[in-house]
Amino acid sequence: MTELRPASDDLRAVVARRLKARNAAERRFRLYGRIAIAVALGFLVLLLGRIIQQGWSTFIDYRLTTQVYLDPARIDAADPAGANYDLLIAEQLLKRIGVADDEFGSRSDAMKDLLSGDLGFQVLDRVKADPGLIGKSLTLSAPLKADAGLYFKGQIQRSAPEEERPLTDQQLDWLDRLNADGLVKSGFNTTFLTRSDSTEPEQAGVLGAVVGSALMLILTAALAIPIGVLAATYLEEFAPKNRWTDLVEVNINNLAAVPSIVYGLLGLAVFINWMNVPRSSPLVGGLVLALMSLPTVIIATRSALKAVPPSIREAALALGASRTQTVFHHVLPLALPGVMTGAILSLAHALGETAPLLMVGMVSFVPGVPDALTSASTVLPVQIFIWENASERAFHERTAAAIMVLLAFMILMNLAAVLLRRRFERRW
Amino acid sequence: MLTFIALLVLVAFSGAVYALARRRAGALALAAASPINSRPVHHGAYAAVWTAVPAALVLLFTGLLGDRVEETLVSARLPEAVRAMEAAERQVFLDDAISLARGKARSETPYPADLQVALDQAAGEVRALESRMRAFSLAAAAVLALAGAAWGLSRVRAPFRAREGVERWLQALLLACSVTAVFTTVGIVASLVWESWRFFQSVPPQAFLFGLEWDPQSAMYADQVVSEGAFGAIPLFAGTFLIMLIAMLVAAPVGLFAAIYLSEYASARTRAIVKPLLEVLAGVPTVVYGFFAALTVGPLFRAGFNAIGAQLVGGPLNELGLYLGEVQNQMALVAGAVMGVMLIPFVSSLSDDIINAVPQSLRDGSLAMGATRSETVKKVVLPAALPGVMAAMLLAVSRAVGETMIVTMAAGLQAKTTLNPLETVTTVTVQIVTLLTGDQEFDSPRTLSAFGLGLTLFAVTLMLNVVALRIVQKYREQYD
Repeated sequence: MTELRPASDDLRAVVARRLKARNAAERRFRLYGRIAIAVALGFLVLLLGRIIQQGWSTFIDYRLTTQVYLDPARIDAADPAGANYDLLIAEQLLKRIGVADDEFGSRSDAMKDLLSGDLGFQVLDRVKADPGLIGKSLTLSAPLKADAGLYFKGQIQRSAPEEERPLTDQQLDWLDRLNADGLVKSGFNTTFLTRSDSTEPEQAGVLGAVVGSALMLILTAALAIPIGVLAATYLEEFAPKNRWTDLVEVNINNLAAVPSIVYGLLGLAVFINWMNVPRSSPLVGGLVLALMSLPTVIIATRSALKAVPPSIREAALALGASRTQTVFHHVLPLALPGVMTGAILSLAHALGETAPLLMVGMVSFVPGVPDALTSASTVLPVQIFIWENASERAFHERTAAAIMVLLAFMILMNLAAVLLRRRFERRW
Repeated sequence: MLTFIALLVLVAFSGAVYALARRRAGALALAAASPINSRPVHHGAYAAVWTAVPAALVLLFTGLLGDRVEETLVSARLPEAVRAMEAAERQVFLDDAISLARGKARSETPYPADLQVALDQAAGEVRALESRMRAFSLAAAAVLALAGAAWGLSRVRAPFRAREGVERWLQALLLACSVTAVFTTVGIVASLVWESWRFFQSVPPQAFLFGLEWDPQSAMYADQVVSEGAFGAIPLFAGTFLIMLIAMLVAAPVGLFAAIYLSEYASARTRAIVKPLLEVLAGVPTVVYGFFAALTVGPLFRAGFNAIGAQLVGGPLNELGLYLGEVQNQMALVAGAVMGVMLIPFVSSLSDDIINAVPQSLRDGSLAMGATRSETVKKVVLPAALPGVMAAMLLAVSRAVGETMIVTMAAGLQAKTTLNPLETVTTVTVQIVTLLTGDQEFDSPRTLSAFGLGLTLFAVTLMLNVVALRIVQKYREQYD
């Protein structure tokens, strides 16, 4: 044993220095942690902020309201579909803002490019329904062409060089005139929520994709939840503990981590090529997503069942209930809130899944709303993928807006799960 | 449609059987001298199950597999001329015959006169076969339902243990449900192996796994000989590896430090706020990350590198400047970085669990010896949690390798073997998507190669997952 003696000043200084260094290291370490969290949360804010910034303008549209004289000289009552209504409307608009067409009609063509094709279809529908309208005037309203809309939203600037923007100076002048005459009104974009995909951005909407997603998700829920809950009940409550059930358990845990695109390959090989399920239908999509969600539903259900205390089971058994009655009358109902929370979360995940659906042919252009499980359809995330690939700039804005719709649905589902948990959660 | 109506009738019928059996059992319970073993409900359920289930199984099987059986039977009886045709043409012929038999429009394929006759004949056969099969399945279902009802009703007697019978059925149902998960695995493995085997008929596995050139376009045409180099997957593996590496360089430190901060430093309130927010980040669909990477991060990085390049041009680093000036949107760095952010919550929540599983006594011991918190974390907690953290990283790697949408939208299509993060690379998943979207021909090696890639992907991720889950499980038990 060395003799204890008071530390020399030297030693004190060394200790103080080292302590300082150690405390500095401590502060640095804590700072790294803060930075890590700031990076993650900063990215979240950036991501959501950027999407809202890109997408919010979709919900505003600029509509043109105008009167059209249905010139009998231009429309054949016997063949109303043969007339070029778009051009007719464009010519009358030019006249209205006092611009004379040139001899080649190129100005009315340029004007036509500012108008949505929807105007012409509206006239055609009205004329077909009532040929007596020919020779009279009609008041119509439709969104402007997407590029014209972007001009009013300030996303196409007049200051940009003319050849770099889709609209010419002349067209911009006309748009200003139309606006000054009060023909252009801005309002809430109902088209985006009430129509389906279209090749024209101003007529494209998400309704078809929303309905397709809903159909598919209902099928996924109808398959994955009962099968998953029953499977978990068997594994947790009835299965003997042996090598087979161990194998099933390992298998389920691994399935939960299989890349989703592999489920798409499975769907393509088994459901489409072997069982002849129609391609790009909510049916095949729902089947694939059901298989994909099954492991997560099973895992969630098992942990909910585990949380039910054994005393409940013992009480029921002691009163003479059979094992089946114990499980189905007591344990499962008590575990139900947890089961439903897990199920909703895995469905929310399925709602945002894209890759396996690309494999089963959901990338096709579907202009209508699907009316059956077997009809061709698209779903929200795939619609986002399709629009992201489109070259028109107006589609980028709609992609961000479609993401907002998708996120809104996912937030609703997560909120439902949280509320369910809050409302029914039981601590034993 | 017919199957559906038959199923509805069956449900109604078994409902009636249920009510009848239940009434009888109820009457029995009142009248019988000895107490009745099972409750009337169980007698009803027992009879109903025996009525409905066997018949429903027959209906479902003929409904699902009828088309397959029909095709096999008809194709066995096709005339010589048709059987001599190519597989794809024969399939079209068969489909046409079936469409004609069902009164639908057939394909536009022109047939010579003799084949036209054969087609009509085949259609007639299909029609006859279909009506026979329909009649058979309906008759079989009806017989089974009636027999089941008679059996169930005949067992309504006081000592009969109907409840146990019902519970046995229920057990069978539960077992069948849990076997579905196993069947999914079998289905995945079987379909991947089967289609890959077809692919390896035309491209030898060693050429696929070790080939240095990936160019599936060149093998698109039927008469073109598949050159061995066209399906070499090494550039795809390299691209996948590069993007995975970048993603892990982002996700591993950030996720780990976030987990350490949350579990060791943060107050309960901070945890309650930050953890759900991280979960939000985990819940964002990957297609959204892809959109963000392609339209925001990509152009941003490109502009940044181009600006740096413009500064360097003319200086001592002229070459580098010129290179940076030509960097494209679709670089590996963009996809990798965004994927890394996607993985942060995954890594942090797994590591958080594992760090929390380290017993408090270890920390207390270290702190009592005068170590600072960070020293405790670095010297005690992390070494103790190391296997678990490694497993979490392996799971994250498996996620990164299998991730599809971000790379499809933000990485490119050029197959390049490089470790330069500023180059455009392509990955296994991107190629699967590219090969399988759009028109497909199911006999070309081009389409089938996607399944070869899928099999490789499945094998690699499965290996990572098995190892990681093993470690996690062992580790959890260690401190329990």
